[in-house]
Amino acid sequence: MCIGIPCQIVSIDKNLPHIAIAEVNGIGREIDISLVTSNNKPITIGQWVLVHVGFAMSMLDEDEAKQTLSFLNAMQEEEPDVGVLFIGKE
Amino acid sequence: MQFIDEFRAPNAVKSLLNQINALVKKTVFTKDSPLNIMEVCGGHTHAIFKFGLDQLLPPEINFIHGPGCPVCVLPMGRIDTCIDIAKQPNVMFCTFGDAMRVPGQQGSLLTIRGEGHDIRIIYSPLDALKLAKLNPEKQIVLFGLGFETTMPGIALTILQAKQLQLSNFSLLCQHICIIPTLKALLALPDIKIDAFLGPGHLSMIIGIKPYEFISQDYAKPVVISGFEPVDILQSVIMILMQLIKQQYLVENQYRRIVADKGNTAAQAVINQVFTLQGNDEWRGLGKILDSGVRLNEKYREYDAELRFNTKRHCQQDDPNARCGDVLTGRCKPINCPLFGQTCTPTSAYGALMVSSEGACAAYYQYRQSDLI
Amino acid sequence: MIKTISLAHGSGGLASTELIDQIFMRAFDNSFLQAHEDQAKIKLTELTQLGDRMAFSTDSYVIDPIFFPGGDIGKLAVCGTVNDLAVGGAIPLYLSCGFILEEGLPICTLQEIADSMAKTAKEAGVTIVTGDTKVVPNGAVDKIFINTAGIGAIPTQINWGMAHIKEGDKIIVSGTLGDHGATILNIREKLGLIGALSSDCAPLYSLIHHLHTIDGVRAIRDATRGGVNAVLHEFMQGSGYGMKIIESELPLQSTVRGLCELLGLDPLNFANEGKVVIVVSPECELQVLQSLHRHPLGINAKSIGEVVTKRNVTLQGLYGIERLLDLPHNEPLPRIC
Repeated sequence: MCIGIPCQIVSIDKNLPHIAIAEVNGIGREIDISLVTSNNKPITIGQWVLVHVGFAMSMLDEDEAKQTLSFLNAMQEEEPDVGVLFIGKE
Repeated sequence: MQFIDEFRAPNAVKSLLNQINALVKKTVFTKDSPLNIMEVCGGHTHAIFKFGLDQLLPPEINFIHGPGCPVCVLPMGRIDTCIDIAKQPNVMFCTFGDAMRVPGQQGSLLTIRGEGHDIRIIYSPLDALKLAKLNPEKQIVLFGLGFETTMPGIALTILQAKQLQLSNFSLLCQHICIIPTLKALLALPDIKIDAFLGPGHLSMIIGIKPYEFISQDYAKPVVISGFEPVDILQSVIMILMQLIKQQYLVENQYRRIVADKGNTAAQAVINQVFTLQGNDEWRGLGKILDSGVRLNEKYREYDAELRFNTKRHCQQDDPNARCGDVLTGRCKPINCPLFGQTCTPTSAYGALMVSSEGACAAYYQYRQSDLI
Repeated sequence: MIKTISLAHGSGGLASTELIDQIFMRAFDNSFLQAHEDQAKIKLTELTQLGDRMAFSTDSYVIDPIFFPGGDIGKLAVCGTVNDLAVGGAIPLYLSCGFILEEGLPICTLQEIADSMAKTAKEAGVTIVTGDTKVVPNGAVDKIFINTAGIGAIPTQINWGMAHIKEGDKIIVSGTLGDHGATILNIREKLGLIGALSSDCAPLYSLIHHLHTIDGVRAIRDATRGGVNAVLHEFMQGSGYGMKIIESELPLQSTVRGLCELLGLDPLNFANEGKVVIVVSPECELQVLQSLHRHPLGINAKSIGEVVTKRNVTLQGLYGIERLLDLPHNEPLPRIC
């Protein structure tokens, strides 16, 4: 359910601060960011958000993303023996 | 694409699979008595088939494709209600593309668009609000479909409609909540689910706490998972670790998106606008206690069913269809007598063939080669 | 001065003559039209000098919206028919065009469309030699429908067709997938996506004719409605062999991929208006790719798979798992789940 795609905030409407343009792969869309903005944590240009049906529903935590990926890298170094399970090119 | 491609990297997938293969040997599961993991969300079902994860994983691991797709559990009669309203004079009926092809008794929204009725496909519920502002002489009806992920967007749209005092906007509410659905599922006798892959995007709204009854009362692992292959495989590892340690918890693999407490602002707008009320009937699942989502008293004026005074349709599915059994893991899509015969994506009899996220449709689309 | 199309413009009277003179004669200007006969008289010797068979094709164009980034209904109507001729190995030569106009259509809109057709025809090296105009009451058609038919000559040495496809042949696409379909979907359904989306609508003869001299070209199709997926199914039906393509090899514009991820759609099912799928022998694969890469319309050409014995269409995913590519039963619609 629920297609959600990480998009990057590229601009915020000056008159309507809950409206922003978010972009992914060069495709932009006007989105509503009111559900991820609060007074003590304003959203900034360059922030990645998870967009569903035109609303930013969550702020993407880049540190968490990096952590997941670095965990994987460490695991790959530990276990260099890969390939047996993959169905390679016939 | 950023934050997508990194989580599809073949090397990472390879080493995750290696690790799963090693871990699964430390469990009691075998090919004939596999670890049954239910993925609740259609997005997971889609990813599992699209990337062939079910074929890459060892035979000791089996996925059961659960009820987490709002289109799959949409009762036929509700489409009839959509069509009743869409056919009223002066109505502009707005829907997500997903609902366009779902068949009701009198055809689908797509077929009646062909007959000249004004059906609009929208990307965001706010698009429907824009149409209401642009077309004051028309009645704009929004078909609100989906779980908690979609509800906050719809709720904000209703709040804006009220703020703008738009009298030509209303909502046909067909939302469903995940927790009553899972409770109903787990209360069924003879279900064979050992662990849950929790719905990532839904959980970014509700957080991870609401699932605790699964680990506490039913002693089953729950891992909230993202939708890329790396996410799903890492979640499988987390499930295996819990099983090996025999410690059953709700864990969060999708931390980059899901905060443990969810999105509290989104929860607040849901609670402001919607209320749980009534025992609604769902396709393949039957009647579920307190699963009906309605507009709160304060926003009842936006209820399209009241505005257009429609009657509720009751439409029985084919009694031979085994949708419920597939949803609960009692059988695979191919074990249903209708699968691929009378029930195909072009003429869906059962709920799970209707949406491309449904287990049967995914099976039909991706695994047909095994069946021939 | 009347600025919109009225029923009188289709009456055959003075208004009709004026419209034809002002719009079509001026835009398409050539000796065939100037003869003012009911038919174009084409010398058979001209055709026989170029080849031993005549190709003849027709298509109707009803697109909404009629203007879009990268083209308009007029350009599309010329490209579509020219490309249908060219993929059969023909040298496109002459076109007819029939217009069905809605009463109330601004004349300047028609002018713009006719000019675009003339420009595209010139680019494609074809002459519009005969035509027809009808006007129907407001609401009976959506603004403008165009039918074009075209003839071309097929050089003697060329014999392309699906029956020549063999196991082990390579499948090549001439460029990025789904540009037209993605562009139109966004505008038609008013999805509000902003970005460098543009239809690939283009006449392809200048690209294809370089393949005339290459031995081992089996069959070519333009991947219009139904996309590359539909063409692969046609190839399967027509040849009796299966088609296997590799997901990581598919050339995609980054923006089209972005749109597909956002809306949950597959670019393989999107229409193209300037792309062909080519089946070639393994021996000439490299030569065909080199030839395509030298042309601006073929710089992104790529080998995407091969012809196999098992009679189905499959896509090999990122991790080597093959899945069946079914033909979608309907045109792509954006999804939220």
